[in-house]
Amino acid sequence: MSERSIFREEGLQALIEALSRRGFRVIGPTIGDGAIIYDDVEALGDLPRGYTDEQEAGRYRLARRDDAALFGYAVGPQSWKRFLHQPLLRLWRAERKGQDVIVEAEPPATEKLAFLGVRACELHAIEIQDRVLIGGDYVDPHYESKREGAFIVAVNCGTAGGTCFCVSMNTGPRATRGFDLALTELTLEGGNGFLVEVGSPAGAELLAELPSRPASREEMDDGDAVVARTAASMGRAMPAEDIHALLMRNLDHERWDEVAQRCLSCANCTMVCPTCFCTSVEDHNDLSGAESSRTRRWDSCFTMDYSYIHGGSVRPGVASRYRQWMTHKLSTWFDQFGTSGCVGCGRCITWCPVGIDITEETRAISDSEKLLGAADGKS
Amino acid sequence: MENLERILAAHPFFAGLDGEFCTLACGCAKNARFDAGQFICHEGDSADQFFLVREGRVALQVSAPGRGASTFLTLGPGEVFGVNWLVPPYRWTYDAKAIAPTRAISMDAACLRNKCEANHSLGYDVMKRLMPVLVERLHTARVQMLDLYGARG
Amino acid sequence: MSDAAFATLMHAQPMVPQVAHVRGRRKDTPDAWTLDLELANGARLIYAPGQFNMLTAFGVGEAAISVSGDPAGGPLIHTIRAVGPVSRALTALEPGDPIGVRGPFGVGWPMAQAEGKDVLLVAGGLGLAPLRPALYRLLGERARFGRVTLLFGARTPEDIVFRHEVESWRARFDIDVDVTVDHAASEWHGHVGVVTTLISRATFDPCNALAMICGPEVMMRFVAMALVEKGFGEDAIYLSMERNMKCAIGHCGHCQLGPTFICRDGPVFTYAQLKRFLAIKEL
Repeated sequence: MSERSIFREEGLQALIEALSRRGFRVIGPTIGDGAIIYDDVEALGDLPRGYTDEQEAGRYRLARRDDAALFGYAVGPQSWKRFLHQPLLRLWRAERKGQDVIVEAEPPATEKLAFLGVRACELHAIEIQDRVLIGGDYVDPHYESKREGAFIVAVNCGTAGGTCFCVSMNTGPRATRGFDLALTELTLEGGNGFLVEVGSPAGAELLAELPSRPASREEMDDGDAVVARTAASMGRAMPAEDIHALLMRNLDHERWDEVAQRCLSCANCTMVCPTCFCTSVEDHNDLSGAESSRTRRWDSCFTMDYSYIHGGSVRPGVASRYRQWMTHKLSTWFDQFGTSGCVGCGRCITWCPVGIDITEETRAISDSEKLLGAADGKS
Repeated sequence: MENLERILAAHPFFAGLDGEFCTLACGCAKNARFDAGQFICHEGDSADQFFLVREGRVALQVSAPGRGASTFLTLGPGEVFGVNWLVPPYRWTYDAKAIAPTRAISMDAACLRNKCEANHSLGYDVMKRLMPVLVERLHTARVQMLDLYGARG
Repeated sequence: MSDAAFATLMHAQPMVPQVAHVRGRRKDTPDAWTLDLELANGARLIYAPGQFNMLTAFGVGEAAISVSGDPAGGPLIHTIRAVGPVSRALTALEPGDPIGVRGPFGVGWPMAQAEGKDVLLVAGGLGLAPLRPALYRLLGERARFGRVTLLFGARTPEDIVFRHEVESWRARFDIDVDVTVDHAASEWHGHVGVVTTLISRATFDPCNALAMICGPEVMMRFVAMALVEKGFGEDAIYLSMERNMKCAIGHCGHCQLGPTFICRDGPVFTYAQLKRFLAIKEL
């Protein structure tokens, strides 16, 4: 923390080029489909300069900023999981020769990925998916190969989105670990610049190649002030209590039926969530039946098929499917992986077509308990 | 009689029955024996007996045209059948057939009804023994109705 | 390939099926078949009673199927009920046909904890298949266990899986076997009634006994409740659960029940672990 550096926009351009030279595919924020998405970035010009996003429950709009900031927005509909834990992946191919079958496993991709502009909540999300996919007894070799080689340039948020609640989840807005370099965008004399923090030997080595200088005490304070300002302007907050226990106590709460009246079971929340990891598999074969393959694709606990066992779905009701998603995310994830499955990024709130808000749903259950407690004279 | 009283008291249905009640109940009891394949009663007959199985096995059956007889419950040692003895119009609602050599205690229904009526304490005691059997039968019938191992199971 | 090398390979590439061939196929009930498999690489798949494999019908799909053979040796045996596209394709395989195998997965029956205790196995329908490896172990190492009882409920006499074997177990003096069916024509001279009705006729010391239950979830719930009433501790009652499974390694999410992944933490759990979650509808 004490040794931080400063580089200007040329330094960021040099960073992108240095990563490319090292063979990384550099992916960062850019504008596409009316939103800020993650795609290949070759130059500063690819970044959404001067843009911000307006986010509310069920609403997302791009807007112009009155400055030329490169990272002046919160997170968009995509997350880095689409690169680490691909939406669609062939697992193997099989060829039948008579009564024999040769199964050929899909080799893990060797492509090296560099992520530019990873927010604190997203670093936590990656850490959470690490625990699921490579932290247990079995390792997903595809995730592992992409993850191990990845270079991560984090960005400390200078703007909180209207649906952000990372402060209440202890996951942001400052990037504290899990990065190679972390940037804080600052207004310096003569243009934008970045306060740079090194998070790994690889990050230090790369920074040494870039045109940078040590940061002054004042610049470091400015950087801290940016993050503090963001932290103070969160759009939402998760109730501060033991939510793990709260939800386990309330598996039969009437709120599940109430939210089911609004929930369309569209699965948007699970698709935009940076920690949702569920997948399904599909087998395909050619017309002769000689060749077949299995692909894995993202799946969602909001579909009926998800819990299908012969005879029917275990969770035919929308209420039970919403409950599965939310209790898994906020409660049983602790039992399974030792942390919450929620990082407070707010995507599920923004991208819900009917604006269901996970913090509001939690608060409703929490408040009803408090009311009951008050009625019982317990609190 | 003394011998029968001992047999009656030893049957799980009457386990722990008060000595005086036992004597009363015993006055309505007699030993019964059925060969394998022998019908003990038929649907629609007057339910004038209540049976406590001591040995063997009894099948309770209902017949349907074209489907023959199907067994919906079998009973063995320690179990009872013929609970219609207590409910007007006192008619059997199924066939009961011994499917193995069977020994039972047969209680005279009218006799037992009269004694229960005359001595409500005895009646209440008998009820408390009968009710769990009925509740258990109702529960297992429900589970059977679910057809657990069928197409959905 | 050695057995250990096979296990290492399976662990390194858990999502890739290994090729096996069907060596035997028997029809067990009107809708269930038993397949004997042999791995193409010559290895033997080492498993514990109660564990399961993921079986692939190439070009159709994959299903989670418990191993139903003898863990001490012999072919790799699975008993499969034809209820969906994948299980129908699997049960249609003929001797010589290739099949994909991944496994074994999951936590099996508590064989070590059962030592020195009376062991009560309660099976419903095809639930006898995942219990059969446990039964082989119990009979194979008979002296290590107390009284062994199998209570088995099926839909009709025709639906009694492993019928001849069940008859041979009935004839033994070192195991008590009681079979009941839900529905029977009048020719059936065995028990009729749900499997819970057999419990009161069984002999065991509830203070030093362990129960292993496998069958439809409703049946397991009622059996567990009946055993608790008989004095069993909730942590001495084990159930084998079924949920949708796509990966079997805790990565796909499908098989969750409350905090558990059935594939990874189960399929065998104690009633104490699951009681609360089994009581909540659609969890």
